[in-house]
Amino acid sequence: MGSNTLNHNGKPIGILAIQGDYAAHGRILETLKVPFRLVKKAEQLGGLAGLILPGGESTTLIKFFDNEKLWEPLAAFAKDHAVFGTCAGAILMASEVENPAQRCLGLIDMTIRRNAFGRQVYSFIRSARCSNTFNEALGVTAASDGHKFEAVFIRAPLILKAGKAVVPLITLDDSPVLVRQGNYLAATFHPELSADSETALFVHGYFCQMSFGALPSPLKLL
Amino acid sequence: MAENQAYRLKVGLAEMLKGGVIMDVTNVEQAKIAEDAGAVAVMALERVPSDIRKEGGVSRMASISIIRAIMNTVSIPVMAKVRIGHAVEAQVLQALEVDYIDESEVLTPADEEHHIYKHGYQIPFVCGARNLGEALRRIAEGAAMIRTKGEAGSGNIVEAVRHMRTIMREMKHLTTLPEEELMSEAKRLAAPYDLIREVARTGKLPVPNFSAGGIATPADAALVMQLGAEAVFVGSGIFKSSDPEARAKAVVRATTHFNDPAVLLECSEQVGEAMRGLDIAQIAEKDMLQTRGW
Repeated sequence: MGSNTLNHNGKPIGILAIQGDYAAHGRILETLKVPFRLVKKAEQLGGLAGLILPGGESTTLIKFFDNEKLWEPLAAFAKDHAVFGTCAGAILMASEVENPAQRCLGLIDMTIRRNAFGRQVYSFIRSARCSNTFNEALGVTAASDGHKFEAVFIRAPLILKAGKAVVPLITLDDSPVLVRQGNYLAATFHPELSADSETALFVHGYFCQMSFGALPSPLKLL
Repeated sequence: MAENQAYRLKVGLAEMLKGGVIMDVTNVEQAKIAEDAGAVAVMALERVPSDIRKEGGVSRMASISIIRAIMNTVSIPVMAKVRIGHAVEAQVLQALEVDYIDESEVLTPADEEHHIYKHGYQIPFVCGARNLGEALRRIAEGAAMIRTKGEAGSGNIVEAVRHMRTIMREMKHLTTLPEEELMSEAKRLAAPYDLIREVARTGKLPVPNFSAGGIATPADAALVMQLGAEAVFVGSGIFKSSDPEARAKAVVRATTHFNDPAVLLECSEQVGEAMRGLDIAQIAEKDMLQTRGW
């Protein structure tokens, strides 16, 4: 897991706002009282504490990365910043993508399959299980059956295999749905669409801790 | 609870499409062009609206073999249109497992009094609206996404602007009213009271609000985004232009950078000739598509 060496206190979190549910991520950060900035261009990456790659259509995001030459600046940014991707964002962070094969940033050593559960009619909301590592980081005392909360899966991808350095933080049927490798965090579900439950606050709070080295203050009150 | 979860999943997919462009396509080749240009979804239909307008006749759900071929070709979500009130076309598309159904005024209505009861389906629906009352009636029936109607196939943005401005203005107005005036607003707008109260509290629709009907240029797309649209549908505007590939790309880029005039200049320079548009005043009342549904 590595100790936290990032110190970006006082800077805003960036949310990639090319396309997708970036506004939903913004609402969660507002609740956590964490400043954020929408990012549409490479030059807007300067001065950020970390970056969220939202849910959306990975095909569309890849076309933008190609056409607007965003691959290099994003890879450079990721060298010394925390990055968090949900769904399409997680696909972009993988080291290999299936269905179809497509370019990715290779931040997390994992193979991910797009639309692994099928089309929209097979989208689902289920209760997922938090690992002790995740609970401890958030200061949550889990019951004996582990701490569970809702996870929203929409045309979701599936992590098929992950390297040894990849830590599963939340699982569904023993399959990892939230993983961390170093400064990188990826969810195959959408915590940002669970604004009314603790899911989003905990996952986004965890990412803020990765970016700032401390939990956002509203979370400490929970 | 289970019903609430199903509805959240429907609205959730609409959330994923925000900031993007959904393109009308009539065959596999066009779907591929749309995906390559960066469309977030494609809408499969029999004929684009400008051809429906020109050729007349009854316009129905697209051929199943074409929709299926498009679903097998692209990895982005595939939507398809059904006629207003045609529950069986919707059942067929649900069995086919398209990602979204558009109960659309562009096709010839099957029922002049009733829309489909959309809560009864697992597949999410998008519906058109010209004003807040119409939007809230469709949401009450189960629509998980609203698109302003505009005037499809006209290549003229004026109606799309009118409808977006109307809905935004009516929502803003609700937020200024005291609680005791909301019931008479519900009566005036012919919309459910609980939804009226929700809009009065939040100032926005409970589902994403996209724009459609007449978007022909990158600047048109950016204009409706600046007026408050959360994504755009482009119908005839792409494949009735001189260079669909370039136009599709430029409209996608303009939708993302809708507030950046320097990028919009580049987008506007990249495109060839736009489709030939129609003056709304030249369209006879009986030929208006937007007045279908209520």
